[in-house]
Amino acid sequence: MSGEKSFEIKVDQLARVEGEGGVWVKVRDGRIDYVEVNIFEPPRFFEAFLKGRIYLEAPDLTARICGICPLAYVMAASRAMEKILGIEASEESNKLRKIAFYGEWIESHVLHFAFLHAPDFLGKHSIFEIAEEHPQFLRDAIAVRDWGNRAIEIVGGRPVHPVGFRVGGLHRIIKRRELDPLLKNFDEIEKMGRRLLEFVLSLPIPEVSYDMAFMSLKGEREYPILEGVVSNNLGEEFPEDDFEKHVIVEQKRYSNALHYRLRSGKPYITGPLARFNLNYGLLAPEVKSVLEESGFKPPLKNTYQSIIARAAETYHAILEIGRLIGEYREPDKAYEEAEVRAGEAAAIVEAPRGMLYHRYRIDGDGRILYANIVPPTAQNYAAMEEDILKVGDLILRKPREEAQKLVETTIRNYDPCISCSVHMIRLRIIEE
Amino acid sequence: MSGEKNKVRLAVFKLTSCSGCQQQIIDLGDQLLALLDRIEIAYFLEASSDAKPGPYDVALVEGSVSTPHEEELVKKIRENSRIVVSVGSCATYGGIQALRNWMDFEEVKKAVYEKPELIEALEKSRPVSDFIDVDYAIGGCPANKLQLLSVLKQVLIGRRVYQRGEGLCQECKRKGNVCVVVAKGQPCLGPITREGCGALCPSYGRGCYGCFGPMVDPQPGALARRFEDLGLSREEAALRIRSITSWSEPVRRFLEKYER
Ligand code: SF4
Repeated sequence: MSGEKSFEIKVDQLARVEGEGGVWVKVRDGRIDYVEVNIFEPPRFFEAFLKGRIYLEAPDLTARICGICPLAYVMAASRAMEKILGIEASEESNKLRKIAFYGEWIESHVLHFAFLHAPDFLGKHSIFEIAEEHPQFLRDAIAVRDWGNRAIEIVGGRPVHPVGFRVGGLHRIIKRRELDPLLKNFDEIEKMGRRLLEFVLSLPIPEVSYDMAFMSLKGEREYPILEGVVSNNLGEEFPEDDFEKHVIVEQKRYSNALHYRLRSGKPYITGPLARFNLNYGLLAPEVKSVLEESGFKPPLKNTYQSIIARAAETYHAILEIGRLIGEYREPDKAYEEAEVRAGEAAAIVEAPRGMLYHRYRIDGDGRILYANIVPPTAQNYAAMEEDILKVGDLILRKPREEAQKLVETTIRNYDPCISCSVHMIRLRIIEE
Repeated sequence: MSGEKNKVRLAVFKLTSCSGCQQQIIDLGDQLLALLDRIEIAYFLEASSDAKPGPYDVALVEGSVSTPHEEELVKKIRENSRIVVSVGSCATYGGIQALRNWMDFEEVKKAVYEKPELIEALEKSRPVSDFIDVDYAIGGCPANKLQLLSVLKQVLIGRRVYQRGEGLCQECKRKGNVCVVVAKGQPCLGPITREGCGALCPSYGRGCYGCFGPMVDPQPGALARRFEDLGLSREEAALRIRSITSWSEPVRRFLEKYER
């Protein structure tokens, strides 16, 4: 970008992200001095209209916050309500929940890393352009993604806004043989999952490395998806109910979404990169061996590598679904019944994009009095803005058009799901 | 049909929504790829950064109109497109976010924002057809991808699209489900809801929550009486009926009277 000292990069409509957003980078005297990730997705006021609804409706209603990861909402709302009522879904219900939820990771991750993100690293507009040279990549991506969707569909009825899940478990008992179609081509899907990871490992990914704060659930014996303690790489660990005590939230004038930071004011990253780095040891051995055969060593050091975490988690998810189906035994009841009682509780699950937090208060009739939902993308906005500042040098060394692409890629590293992040929450305003 | 090699130029737009219906388009996968020799995807921001300007032959619109900006946008979409299809229950009925239409908007904003005056949103979330002529409407939250494909294919061969307006109960019976109202005494919106989902909820032993919107000539009054017979209060019956497609005209008109 030689010669020019002060200019602006403006991306009005971010393509290949879920929802609508833009970025504004201001460069003054050869340095990036202002970054704004601008969200103009309209607010949908979920927390307002949830008031007065019946607690049993929370999973299906909040699912509509996001069409890409509805199951994450179903799971978080169900678990929060179960905590309020003092029940737990059975082990077998949890296996089915995980089979479907891993299916959602696959569906969402493949959509992102293959369709939306990989084109960035190869200078293409879309996966179809990649397919001209690498037809196998497109074929694998479609087949694996379909299989993930199929897992959701078999357990939950349909991939987008599935209907089979409820507070306490599932609406009906899923027969063991209903899961068979997923095993029929399992070996082939497993191979494809591995091949997708190998392809991603071969991409030219920018080599930068800097300090980042990560936060994710931490698994005990399994890679975290449905539950876990919250942990970060600063050595903190706390239960999900304490989440709001550990973060601060601000509303920006230019955006319909909230920005979250750690109490110290430091932005943090949630999502695949954070999960991967904080739980690497819990990934399936097959996944680790593909990674390590290519010379890779954890941790991932920059957000461009988040595409590796997504591909690795996709392969892991395929293997986990296979394992869980093998272990599944038909239970004798589909869900746990509960006496309605007043109370308040929070739950965090790992949506494909990171920690999704739900808190509810209900009254003795089971009506919702209060709801607060913190989606992963909202937690990542502050980190996105900081990230652009950090890779500033890289951006400034490139010609204008490439610089603009790099800004977009940097945002896409986070797989921002703008639809969910804007659904709206109570907030504090910082005037700038 | 204009544009590249006589292909039908397709555009996909997003208004206020969850992206779930666009997801259904992407989920068509191979079936969509198979059409690529007939269709040019000219504008689909979620899938490709290669956004081409109009005019378009077919515009698929996801999402409801809930901001002044979107009000302008739908008008432009109409001017720029030969055929406009509203896809999903947001675009067709105002969507789940129209649940706020039943509340005082100032209160809604205040409940969520400390400075509500910064929020640019219309008082009500409304269907696309409140603002422009829509050629075809496909309800569903999400829209059924096979219905979507069938509309696309019929448009491709230049045929008038035939859409059924049958009730969900028929579909449910054809599937051989046990009726959840009769067997379990559960409230179910099936009797007023349009078919198309495969009677999914009753297949899982639960009542329908109406995400596909009203069938042709629904009788919400009769259903509400049935709910009262099941032991629901008037307020509870209204709450069940005031669900994801509550802002569809017949449901809205009924609730306005019933709740008074
Ligand atoms: S109709 Fe439902 S699935 Fe479609 S965009 Fe609206 S909320 Fe999402």
